[in-house]
Amino acid sequence: MSVNILLFKITLILYFVATVLYIIDIITRRDQVGKAARWVLAGGFAVHCATLITRYLEAGYTPVANLHESLSFFAWTLVGIYLLFDLRYRITVLGAFSCPLALTLMIVGSAAPKTVKTLSPALDSWWFPVHVTLAFLGNAVFTVAAVAGVLYLIQERMLKSKKFSTLYYRLPSLETLDSINYKCLTFGFPLMTMGIISGAAWANSAWGGYWRWDPKETWALITWFLYAALLHGRLTVGWRGRRAAIFAIIGFLCLLFTFLGVNLLLSDLHSFKAMEGR
Amino acid sequence: MNIIVVGLSHKTAPVEIRERVAFAPTAMEKPLREMLALPAINEGVIVSTCNRVELYATSRDAAAAIMQLRGFMAGFHNLAPEELESHLYDLQGEEAIKHVFRVASSLDSMVIGEPQILGQIKTAYGYATEFKTAGLILNRFLHKAFSVAKRVRTETNIASNAVSVSFAAVELARKIFGTIDNKTVLLIGAGEMCELAARHFVNNGVSSVMVTNRTYERAVKLAEEFKGRAVHFEEFAESLHQADIVLTSTGAPNYVLGAKKVEEVIRRRKNKPMFFIDIAVPRDIDPKVNDIPNVYLYDVDDLQGVVQANLKERQKEARKAEAIIEQEIGQFYKWLGSLDVVPTIVSLRKKLEEIRRAELEKTFANLKDLGPKERKSIEALTGAIINKVLHEPTTVLKQSQNNGTGDGYVDAVRVLFGLNAPVEELEPLDEQAAE
Repeated sequence: MSVNILLFKITLILYFVATVLYIIDIITRRDQVGKAARWVLAGGFAVHCATLITRYLEAGYTPVANLHESLSFFAWTLVGIYLLFDLRYRITVLGAFSCPLALTLMIVGSAAPKTVKTLSPALDSWWFPVHVTLAFLGNAVFTVAAVAGVLYLIQERMLKSKKFSTLYYRLPSLETLDSINYKCLTFGFPLMTMGIISGAAWANSAWGGYWRWDPKETWALITWFLYAALLHGRLTVGWRGRRAAIFAIIGFLCLLFTFLGVNLLLSDLHSFKAMEGR
Repeated sequence: MNIIVVGLSHKTAPVEIRERVAFAPTAMEKPLREMLALPAINEGVIVSTCNRVELYATSRDAAAAIMQLRGFMAGFHNLAPEELESHLYDLQGEEAIKHVFRVASSLDSMVIGEPQILGQIKTAYGYATEFKTAGLILNRFLHKAFSVAKRVRTETNIASNAVSVSFAAVELARKIFGTIDNKTVLLIGAGEMCELAARHFVNNGVSSVMVTNRTYERAVKLAEEFKGRAVHFEEFAESLHQADIVLTSTGAPNYVLGAKKVEEVIRRRKNKPMFFIDIAVPRDIDPKVNDIPNVYLYDVDDLQGVVQANLKERQKEARKAEAIIEQEIGQFYKWLGSLDVVPTIVSLRKKLEEIRRAELEKTFANLKDLGPKERKSIEALTGAIINKVLHEPTTVLKQSQNNGTGDGYVDAVRVLFGLNAPVEELEPLDEQAAE
């Protein structure tokens, strides 16, 4: 087993332990467990950084050229962004929902073929890391927004129906969840925009055209418009709360389809096959 | 040494009994001294609150102590013992320790997790130290009870959710708005309940208050109290969009606020959330208002429901607290077991030292020719004899405390050497002297 695969497995185990701790924290409301979960997750993130570095050294390019690498990279950005939010908001329950998502990405990623492929020479430019990093960071921020959206809907349901479960006591205020939604939008939208622009620039340098309407590009544009509409609604009409939360969740589903569905079902230029060198 | 609890509480006695056996906080000296004067009692503390009256004591003879404390409880308040018989409970040893830990941690209170009881026990303990009725064991015991209570408060969420309607409203507002510091409250009507709830909001940081009432003067008066502003009743709907939290209790027969109006207001507020608290019966606000997005409406029953849910949550936390208490009982009980041996060794050593001093003085008085060097030698010799003689019994006593035979040995040593002085006359525990 290569060092990279070993580190990947250690990361997966640490994310699993953190997930279990987060769930225990929600059920028992023990702050020490929440703190432990945070440290284990941070440790997992550190190992994950090492995983990506070793993969990069082994492959010679930013490791997002196949499904295994992409999922691992997505999980890494998600955990990183969550930890940043955690520094600011300290909402353990957000981790209890984000961490299992990262774990799921890792588990699916561990089932995908892990062989290092050579990258197609046409794609081997510095646009590649710029484009994928921006795109994935945007994805990760929007994932956190969707998680906050789900939490908002749960909390709002309880406050409206006046029936409280244990989760009610663990969840932050609606205002906090709504402001996370807004913050994610203000960070995520520029990231996504720059991701699309850098992708277009990269396409131009590789194939001599900025936009080719391949399914991934089309879906990315649809998703971008969706988030643009949400941002516009928030800033001008005063959309907030429930509506913003639902939008964030729909946006995330679109993202997920853009990222995975398109790659696996429809894509041509963005399929992992297309990335391999002949 | 045994720890004993004799008392009654809201669980065993109705208020008319509890009020007759309560001890006045301004006159604690007399009952404490009388309690300590009981033959079987070594130390005593009296805890007297509106929900419980309990006597904590230590004694070498638990059965006699319980009898005497029961008699004291009735006698002091001029009641016939049989009047209290069925209401009083008595506990000793581990059961007593557990009980006091539970009481201090507010697990035995009418409202689990209420914070007052700990302060009340601290006050009771304060009297006992003031009048010197708490000795070595109760001092240590109550300090332990305080630290257990603190652990329970910090390690569980037993006190973290509101159990009063007014405070539940404040907590709900926090769940909606995050912070209520910069929020505005509108009071519609100036009923007592409304005023109380508003006071809670103001005490918890609400920045501005508006008051409206059919009688404008009443609104002005109340607004002054909250340093807010009064609004004419006919015009309050115009100011509604400025309010984040609306408290109503008008006594009007029909709704004073309908869904249509609130929808308008929310639009005007650009969907900023609103929290309506309808304390009136019959209700002031149309229940359909709760269906409007970003609007939350709670009436009195809803708030009661929240309180009930919070109480249930506290019950869950109480289970965690019980586990903490179980841990602590064991530790304290072990200390209690060791406690009897250590002071015994200390007093034994003290006694022998006194004998040695007295005999040395007599001897030195008869041997006037001794130089300082010889005197030192004789002193060292006698000291060494005592240490050698005491070494074996000390070791046996210390071992006996770990295998459960401590009490028997301690008793024997106390009788053989005539050490049975009252506990409070003992010097402070000096562990090193016992070495």
